[in-house]
Amino acid sequence: MNAKTSGQRAQPPVLDTTVNDFVVKFANVNGSGSASANNMFAKAIFRMGIPVAPRNIFPSNIQGAPTWFEVRVNDQGYLGRRGGLVELMVSVNPQSMAQDLAEVCTGGYFFYDNSYPLDFKLMRDDIHFIGLPLTDITNSHFNDPRRRQLFKNIIYVGALAYLIGIEFGALQSIVEDTFARKPKLIPPNIEALQTGFDEAKKAFDNPLPLQLRRSNKNEGKVLLEGNAACGLGAVYAGATVCAWYPITPSTSVAEGYEKYVRQLRPQSSDGKDRFAIIQAEDELSAIGMVIGANWNGARAFTATSGPGVSLMNEFLGLAYYAEVPTVLIDVQRTGPSTGMPTRTQQSDITISAYASHGDTKHILLFPATPKECFDLTVDAFDIADRMQTPVIMLTDLELGMNEHMSDELSWDDQREYDLGKVLSAQDLDQIDRYGRYLDVDGDGITYRTIAGRHPSKGAYFNRGTSRDEYAVYSERGDVYQRNMERLQIKWRTAPRYLPQPVITTRSDLAKIGIIHFGTSMDACHEAIDQLASEGLIANDLRIKAFPFHDTVREFILGHEQVFIVEQNRDAQMKGLIVNELEVDPKRLQSVLHYNGDPISAHFVHDAISSSIASSDDDLLQQG
Amino acid sequence: MSYFRPPLRHPNEPKNEVGLTAQAYEGPISTLCAGCGHDSISAAIVQTMWGLSIPPHRIAKLSGIGCSSKSPSYFLAQSHGFNSVHGRMPSVMTGANISNNDLHYIGISGDGDTASIGMGQFAHVVRRNLNMMYVVENNGCYGLTKGQDSATADEGSKSKKGRINPFEAIDLVALALDLGATFVARSFSGDKDQLVPLMKAAMSHKGFALIDVVSPCVTFNNHPGSTKSYDYTRQHVEAGAVVDFVPMEQEITLDQIQGSTRKVDLHNGDSVQLSKLAAEYDPTDRNVAMRTLMEHKAEDKLLTGLIYIDPEAEDFHKMLNLTDTPLNELGKSELCPGSDALQSVNQALR
Repeated sequence: MNAKTSGQRAQPPVLDTTVNDFVVKFANVNGSGSASANNMFAKAIFRMGIPVAPRNIFPSNIQGAPTWFEVRVNDQGYLGRRGGLVELMVSVNPQSMAQDLAEVCTGGYFFYDNSYPLDFKLMRDDIHFIGLPLTDITNSHFNDPRRRQLFKNIIYVGALAYLIGIEFGALQSIVEDTFARKPKLIPPNIEALQTGFDEAKKAFDNPLPLQLRRSNKNEGKVLLEGNAACGLGAVYAGATVCAWYPITPSTSVAEGYEKYVRQLRPQSSDGKDRFAIIQAEDELSAIGMVIGANWNGARAFTATSGPGVSLMNEFLGLAYYAEVPTVLIDVQRTGPSTGMPTRTQQSDITISAYASHGDTKHILLFPATPKECFDLTVDAFDIADRMQTPVIMLTDLELGMNEHMSDELSWDDQREYDLGKVLSAQDLDQIDRYGRYLDVDGDGITYRTIAGRHPSKGAYFNRGTSRDEYAVYSERGDVYQRNMERLQIKWRTAPRYLPQPVITTRSDLAKIGIIHFGTSMDACHEAIDQLASEGLIANDLRIKAFPFHDTVREFILGHEQVFIVEQNRDAQMKGLIVNELEVDPKRLQSVLHYNGDPISAHFVHDAISSSIASSDDDLLQQG
Repeated sequence: MSYFRPPLRHPNEPKNEVGLTAQAYEGPISTLCAGCGHDSISAAIVQTMWGLSIPPHRIAKLSGIGCSSKSPSYFLAQSHGFNSVHGRMPSVMTGANISNNDLHYIGISGDGDTASIGMGQFAHVVRRNLNMMYVVENNGCYGLTKGQDSATADEGSKSKKGRINPFEAIDLVALALDLGATFVARSFSGDKDQLVPLMKAAMSHKGFALIDVVSPCVTFNNHPGSTKSYDYTRQHVEAGAVVDFVPMEQEITLDQIQGSTRKVDLHNGDSVQLSKLAAEYDPTDRNVAMRTLMEHKAEDKLLTGLIYIDPEAEDFHKMLNLTDTPLNELGKSELCPGSDALQSVNQALR
């Protein structure tokens, strides 16, 4: 690569030509319109059939602070965060330049706006500086200040199209789709792309050795955010009430629900809405509304993040004890307290599992992909209705707020909603005396009734106080204990209705087992493949639900050394496993990543391989 | 524990339009203290619902926590009830109400439940104009925890232990007026003649109806020096716009005409008649209501009756543009977009 603009400095090493396997990172200023340009970049790669994983790393701020967009391209389909230094940095933010420079690998490329001189103190000899006067180019093409800001972003995408080989047609199709309803915006966007492309071609003799080439890996895939998939799942599950309170990173769940329910739900003949979206005054109220609506027979849900779960604790205890179906989607962020609101973590496991005072425990679901966000949201409503208890879905910022390549969504039109044990008026007519908390079937799940459906039977006073099988208030110790024991029977019934863990057995002889869940999946799978290439075979189990199935315990007992990979400091999942499955904690080794960034394959690989190297040579040899 | 009332009743007990005697609206015998104002309110609710001929199973009764919030177990045994958590009844009520707009909703709360822990939710349920009757059984103290002052205890009121309350009281009626409530009333548990018509009007009002009922706590707040005792309330109460509730198409009797000065029509054809005591009072004017309230307060009088009503305001259901079929009756065919729609979603995500 020979940049016509490069200075008289020592030539840095040149990377081998790499096709469809590198990381590009954009350093932007937030609020400058860079997000749509960056998304266009990622989507164009997706449309070229190349597996791509874009990630936003953004501040808790609206305008002016540094923000990054990291795009991993990988033809083998590894879509977790790779880790390590990046091959190409697109620097559009002088504020973070020193930090951004440090993140480029030796021989890598630092693309910057050379309308202004670069600070010599920041120079590195081992990387390539490729400057293009983005500001000057933009200003000569566009007059309006706002347009200048926006189109500067599109222009660098055009320049990258030349430098790394994005098909211009792919970019063009995205512009056309994006502005299908505002066709006036199509020509200036195409012009900006073309300008960037042409200027880059003029400035640089050759494209970079980092190249994109059309592939065919994206058949049956979509590019989708987890939060939107959750919202869409709630539409398909027949949720009619969404009560919520704005909080990053969960807000786009409610927004996704609203978008899709308006767009897709069959219209009512009176032209009015078959859904209610209520922005509550706080999280307490949001979950209260959800409980009230579900108690009264509608499907209702809320979405929040850690601070909201803290606030909802009291109500979750009520829903557990009064046995009201409740669906809560917790998009986890970095805690404790306000923590880092725009960074990811898996640190609400303990609080969600045991939310509220007294002996309480709650069903948890752990999706790992947008498709699972959709599927498990639908399941969550069935499970909540079936089990008459809260179901908390634990997703996280990484999954919720980034577009992920995912298997396309599917729906079986034969699928019916499982409303669980609800008595109709006809059912009640057959019953002598209705008992709300009478365990007729021995599975701990009792029959509920909905207000207004029978003139003289089925009414009960729902409450958080102790009561007998007929919902009559009681402070008798034996009555209280009988009820608590029945709730325990119900808890043991739960796994029957919960998704099984996903076990991948690479070798029956493998002594190493790796347990992970949620967004650690991609990084773990890549790390496991990497370990295998080094002669270390490991099986893995991905947890999808709590309470755990017996297979989790069996997996642990079936391996000599078991790692649990999680994204929190306190090994919360390990704690849950030790507590609930009574396995010896010495058998379990934690791999913990909790700095707020998504966990990377390098991190998992290095943690496991160094741990094994220092602990037991046997394991290595056995492979 | 609760008792059940003896099933034997007078055979000629009158029946309402749906063929039920008042007994069908009762609950088990109360376990509240003998003479508790709350029991009188429960009795007024029974009389109201029977009088309006609402089938009991078409009513839902919700409450928070406290003596007041226990009371829904002592009336309307044939109605579903939900005794929720402290101060949070409004949110649970909102969810229930949105789920099925066809039922009639009674919210029972107390002064602790509403004016302290529940202040936030109270304010917001008022703003939403949720279609419900919200009864505050207001005794100025925390009964279940043995008589601590609540936020509605008047400044200068003396507790049972002789301590003078130094804090300004929260007046829920003034607060509700300020928050935009569309039906605001105050009454006294000892005045069933006023309370029952107010409740009938509240139930017929399409929107949020607050009735702040001074309901003395016989055990902890009924002594000399208390401003929420039976004696004090009787001495200071002033009936303002006392109403008589007139159901739709009922012939207005001579007595009602002579006694009343103004008629306010409700959305469903019912109406309320204001008594002659309120000859000059216009309860549809929020400014008048606020001013009258303040004037009475300055004179140390407790203004009761229908203080404000806006019968035309849109309720929450309408604000949300919700379909007429209750949401809890919609099934898969009305809710689920199906696989073809999902295919087009997939297409747009490529």
